[in-house]
Amino acid sequence: MYDINEVRKNYPMLNGVKMDGQDLVYLDSAATALKPQCVIDKVVEYYAEYSTNAHRGDYALSHRTDSEYENVRKIAQRLINAKSELEIVYTYGTTHGINMLAHGIKHQLKKGDVILLCEAEHASNVLPWFRLKEEIGIEIEYIPLNDEYKLTLDNFKKAMHDKVKIVSLAHIGNVLGFIIDMKEITKIAHEYGALVAVDGAQSVPHIPVDVQELDIDFLNFSAHKLGGPSGIGVFYGKYDLLNNLEAYNLGGGMNTRIECNTCYYIKNAPFKFEAGTPAIEATIGMGRAMEYIMELGLNNIHQHLCEIRKYAIDCLQNEVEGITIYNPDSESGPIAFNVIGYEGARAQDIGSALATRGIAVRTGEHCAKLLVDVLETKGTVRASLYLYNSKADMDRLVEAIKEIVKGDALDWLL
Amino acid sequence: MATITDPMILRQIIMDHYEHPRNRHLSDEQGYLSVRKDSESCIDDITMQVKFNGDNIEDIRFDGEACTISSASTSILTELVKGKSIEEATNIITNYKNMIYELPYDEELLEEAIAFQNVHKQANRIKCATIGFDALEDIIKEYKGGQ
Repeated sequence: MYDINEVRKNYPMLNGVKMDGQDLVYLDSAATALKPQCVIDKVVEYYAEYSTNAHRGDYALSHRTDSEYENVRKIAQRLINAKSELEIVYTYGTTHGINMLAHGIKHQLKKGDVILLCEAEHASNVLPWFRLKEEIGIEIEYIPLNDEYKLTLDNFKKAMHDKVKIVSLAHIGNVLGFIIDMKEITKIAHEYGALVAVDGAQSVPHIPVDVQELDIDFLNFSAHKLGGPSGIGVFYGKYDLLNNLEAYNLGGGMNTRIECNTCYYIKNAPFKFEAGTPAIEATIGMGRAMEYIMELGLNNIHQHLCEIRKYAIDCLQNEVEGITIYNPDSESGPIAFNVIGYEGARAQDIGSALATRGIAVRTGEHCAKLLVDVLETKGTVRASLYLYNSKADMDRLVEAIKEIVKGDALDWLL
Repeated sequence: MATITDPMILRQIIMDHYEHPRNRHLSDEQGYLSVRKDSESCIDDITMQVKFNGDNIEDIRFDGEACTISSASTSILTELVKGKSIEEATNIITNYKNMIYELPYDEELLEEAIAFQNVHKQANRIKCATIGFDALEDIIKEYKGGQ
């Protein structure tokens, strides 16, 4: 287990940054995670010491860029235990990767094929598939959540059938944070001949994700949610599946030969998906962020989160009257709740009142608009935790909510 | 009208307009111009309808999903501009936005809308406090463009 006080020293945002005059309590990590100093240094080092293009130059500095840039594939391979670094495609992030997948696999699908999602999916794992419905007439079906808003294997089994070609699910949902049994899901889906695409935006930063053990066909995740730069992520695919996808972006770096008669030849995966000058510094920063969470240990991160989360849930449930927590037994970052008198549309007033107390949370639908109907509320407050949050942060949250509930969530405005 | 500074009264104004919004139902009648405004940062998704009579705002209505601040501020706006001329309404919008962005403004014109004078303290709620005013500005622009 790591020493939380030592870990917190690595984050500039947790050392001196004020919000509304108070030390920042950052509880919005499901949106984006804070960056440790080592990531910041790695990005700045590129700018200051070898700021050259990748795959282009005939000089030593450019070679360093190539090595650093390509080395991140090996780091990512290690993080998710991919078979080969060639199964790692750099993307702009999870959303981009899911769009790449939906576009890339379109030619393998036909009218009437079914994509199976669940009711809690983020817009980024819904809309790319909606477009395929418009374009080629595939059908979208949803696995219903149970009474505790969880995706159960029973409900999944009931939803599976022969026409399902792709099951696309968040490993951990961004609002409720329940971890789904991915190993069983891939096993069942594969029995039906369906492929499994995983939105790992919330899982890869929080728990060990072993793509071989879980037998995942495709996985997407973003660097910025694990402490890396924004605008960079990873799209993993089992190599043959990945190589059979069509590339959307065409241009430099992804072709082998171009002829005047409009013939062109493209590289194999992962390079066929990476046209144009990439986000070099972001990629290199992502590698350092991945190393950092591996140094801390994904199991340790998960254990730490579970501990402080349980502490927060106990305090909130025992000390805040009229609180509804939608995911008390979730084992991941987000705590989704409403307090009486401030449900739904008024959740944002809680968010503003917390902000004036130095506490950053998010309110609303959290991009999971389908889930709003399931929870039967127009919005929730989401306090989402990550590896650097402490029990002291939880105390600040609980005290602030108690104060707001006793007083007035509009106090900052008046 | 003297400036209201008592937080209890300001809170009552906001909550009264949030819980009992004025002019919050859309009309099926013809003759209304309408605009729909939504916000990325909030649940706000409102539709506003305005019926003009020459240079006057004869009727104004709104409906939709709206948070406390957008709902109350839009409700107050409808009361402020209903029956006024386009010029007067534009002046109210200008002064309200000046207040929101901490510029000099005429509080006499804004009446209950001064309840939002501190919204700049949470800058992400400025959108909520101005969504109705933006909607009215759009509709006035459309009306003038079509004249």
